[in-house]
Amino acid sequence: MSKQERPKIPRQKMPEQERILRRSNFKEVALGFTEELAVKEANRCLQCKKPTCVSGCPIGVLIPQFIHALRRGDMPSAISIMKIKNNLPAICGRVCPQEGQCEGRCILGKKGEPVAIGRLERYVGDYELAHRVCPLVRQKDTGKKIAVVGSGPSGITCAVDLSRNGHSVTIFESLHVPGGVLIYGIPEFRLPKEIVNSEINYAVECLNIKILTDHIIGRTITLDEILSEYDAVFIGTGAGLPSFINIPGINYKGVMSANEFLTRVNLMKAYLFPEYDTPVRIGNRIAVIGAGNVAMDSARCSLRLQTIFGQKAEVHIIYRRSRDEVPSRKEEFHHAEEEGVIFDFLTNPVEILGDAEGNVRGIRCIRMKLEEPDSSGRRKPVPIEGSEFEIEADIVIMALGTSPNPLIFINSGNLQRTKHGTAVADIETGRTTRERVWAGGDIVTGAATVISAMGAGKRTAADIHRFLMEENSKN
Amino acid sequence: MYKIIRKEILSDTIKLMVVEAPHVVRKAEPGQFVIVRINETGERIPLTIADYDREQGTITIVFQEVGKSTKHLGTLQPGDEISTVAGPLGHPTEIQKYGTIICAAGGVGIAPMYPIARALKNAGNTVISIIGVRSRDFLFWEDKMRYVSDELVVCTDDGSYGRKGVVTEPLKELLASRRIARVWAIGPGVMMKFVSLSTRDFNVPTMVSLNTIMVDGTGMCGGCRVLLNDGAKFVCTDGPEFDAHKVDWDNLLSRYQIYKKEEILSFETWKHKCSSDTDCHCEGKR
Ligand SMILES: Cc1cc2nc3c(=O)[nH]c(=O)nc-3n(C[C@H](O)[C@H](O)[C@H](O)COP(=O)(O)OP(=O)(O)OC[C@H]3O[C@@H](n4cnc5c(N)ncnc54)[C@H](O)[C@@H]3O)c2cc1C
Ligand code: FES
Repeated sequence: MSKQERPKIPRQKMPEQERILRRSNFKEVALGFTEELAVKEANRCLQCKKPTCVSGCPIGVLIPQFIHALRRGDMPSAISIMKIKNNLPAICGRVCPQEGQCEGRCILGKKGEPVAIGRLERYVGDYELAHRVCPLVRQKDTGKKIAVVGSGPSGITCAVDLSRNGHSVTIFESLHVPGGVLIYGIPEFRLPKEIVNSEINYAVECLNIKILTDHIIGRTITLDEILSEYDAVFIGTGAGLPSFINIPGINYKGVMSANEFLTRVNLMKAYLFPEYDTPVRIGNRIAVIGAGNVAMDSARCSLRLQTIFGQKAEVHIIYRRSRDEVPSRKEEFHHAEEEGVIFDFLTNPVEILGDAEGNVRGIRCIRMKLEEPDSSGRRKPVPIEGSEFEIEADIVIMALGTSPNPLIFINSGNLQRTKHGTAVADIETGRTTRERVWAGGDIVTGAATVISAMGAGKRTAADIHRFLMEENSKN
Repeated sequence: MYKIIRKEILSDTIKLMVVEAPHVVRKAEPGQFVIVRINETGERIPLTIADYDREQGTITIVFQEVGKSTKHLGTLQPGDEISTVAGPLGHPTEIQKYGTIICAAGGVGIAPMYPIARALKNAGNTVISIIGVRSRDFLFWEDKMRYVSDELVVCTDDGSYGRKGVVTEPLKELLASRRIARVWAIGPGVMMKFVSLSTRDFNVPTMVSLNTIMVDGTGMCGGCRVLLNDGAKFVCTDGPEFDAHKVDWDNLLSRYQIYKKEEILSFETWKHKCSSDTDCHCEGKR
């Protein structure tokens, strides 16, 4: 095929579950490429000599190389090329904001549509999950013991890389299952839990990683105590603390943080209530405040729960900026709109209203307008005076961002944190202010992305390995 | 998995279990709690640590059978295992020498009060305990409480044992006649509310241990939040003990009701499943 022909192939659409049908189940929406679609899409890639896509990837996946192997039909190579940089492609392919990363830089995107790199990555990841052609191998035992705190993408990635290097790794996780946000936050219809579990179980089995659930570091054991037993510690405890806006009425029944709502639904499987014991309160008019991934996930779970439990289906997203500033992944915004979520843009809540029994009945909001862009190009939303109005709602979900959980800092010696509650750590190496303690992922950056957490886990694992080996050679 | 070592029936609806949880017991202190989940489909429920044995690596939990989860837990037997025991969670009680203090406990609240009273006693306080139950049949641990208290008053609502009436009556008399440095109250929300109102009149600092609805127990959901007069707090990480005089009691009591309907449905479904399941050997069936 010539270079001229490739861009003429249209970007391949991914098969999806039908729009109306999918509102009544939690099954995956995007169904993945077939082999035929994957090869067709892979054929669009120009194999640039200086691939700009790679510079857009926070962990530098060797994109042209894996695509090349894929279109030759050499899946084992595609997988091993992928795994040089990315331990969890089936997950990244599903949840990365590709439009702002690799695909955003693809040369084809200048005139037409970029190569669907994310979908191809997912195809490679799913192939590996189904066929297991490239097992993880562990190097000779180094005799070093490492504790990883938190089992989200940063912790898992760090643990996998360290184990591959022959260190013995124990993961401490406060919840009853590993996976972090991948398990408790991101819903089944976007990232099936079977995929997360399968990735984690496989790594654990191949590499002999130990996972201790129900261990809350800071309470069950402190960092001080861990350090007395392990050679090094990686902290990847994420940013799991919800924020509530400081407006009157947040304690009415029916007001929840998105974290509570999503934890009930995803971790505790409230959509299968009463077969599963944990319920979640839903209503006929659900209002979600915020428009990031967390808000989109909350809104789309809400619609599904309303349908499953036979309520009227009406879900609003209330966002103080406009359509152009929506911060979620593009695909999530698109799917939410397609499924019928109503967007109230340029709207900000000022008070939550309740009835005599203490239940939510609505939100008093104010209309906003955007100021002219400032020097950074951002348009600040400002309230329009006298424009207050009420929105009816029986459930209000606050998806307004999260910050790190402070429990880890209990008895943690000179482990410093910033005024935002994040751990002070070197972005390149992950080294914290405390000797033998590293940190990475949302605990350092504040709420960010799966891929950036994985990248941090990887860079840090490399530095921990270097540190331990240097120490060895000194002795 | 965590094995149940011993089970004791304290009253008709109140059961005690000693559970293997060596990771929890190392740091457990009076006033702290654990999150328990029975099995794969179970919910995460908070239960206060009523006692612990560091040598044996076991904790004691005492619970009243109110909804599906506690009733289900109550059917388990020694040797059975539960899926999750996570903790110890929350701040321990602040134990120091205060002087003469009162421990007021209602119903199943007697169990979590016991290690607190014991610790306060060991710290050199004069401990007056007031325990209240509906009737004689609901009373447990009277002798244990007596052992760690300088004085003990037992009340029953119906007068079937001890003094007839609610705990606030002897409490008010004591507050009026003695110099009381501090009061602890653990029990049903309404009981704690009225203890709080009584001690406020006498300006005596009062700590209550709140048992709001929880999910994770580690500060990540906010479902457990309580309104204090200086803002909302998370019971699981900021508490579970709070200054009673700061608590918005009406909001707290109203939030207990959030999942009332679902709790009934959950129980009915479980009962039905259990009675039609031929493999089920639970106590309810036997
Ligand atoms: C609803 C939702 C949707 C999202 N969607 C996307 C998306 O589409 N794409 C994307 O790229 N990103 C998305 N994100 C963000 C992304 O999930 C996070 O940036 C990423 O998971 C961070 O990884 P982490 O390893 O730093 O921490 P986490 O995934 O938060 O994992 C931290 C783990 O540490 C555990 N822990 C915390 N404290 C302790 C302690 N003291 N002791 C022991 N264990 C502890 C926690 O229980 C948790 O399991 C989303 C986030 C949410 C909440
Ligand atoms: S129980 Fe979730 S924050 Fe307290």
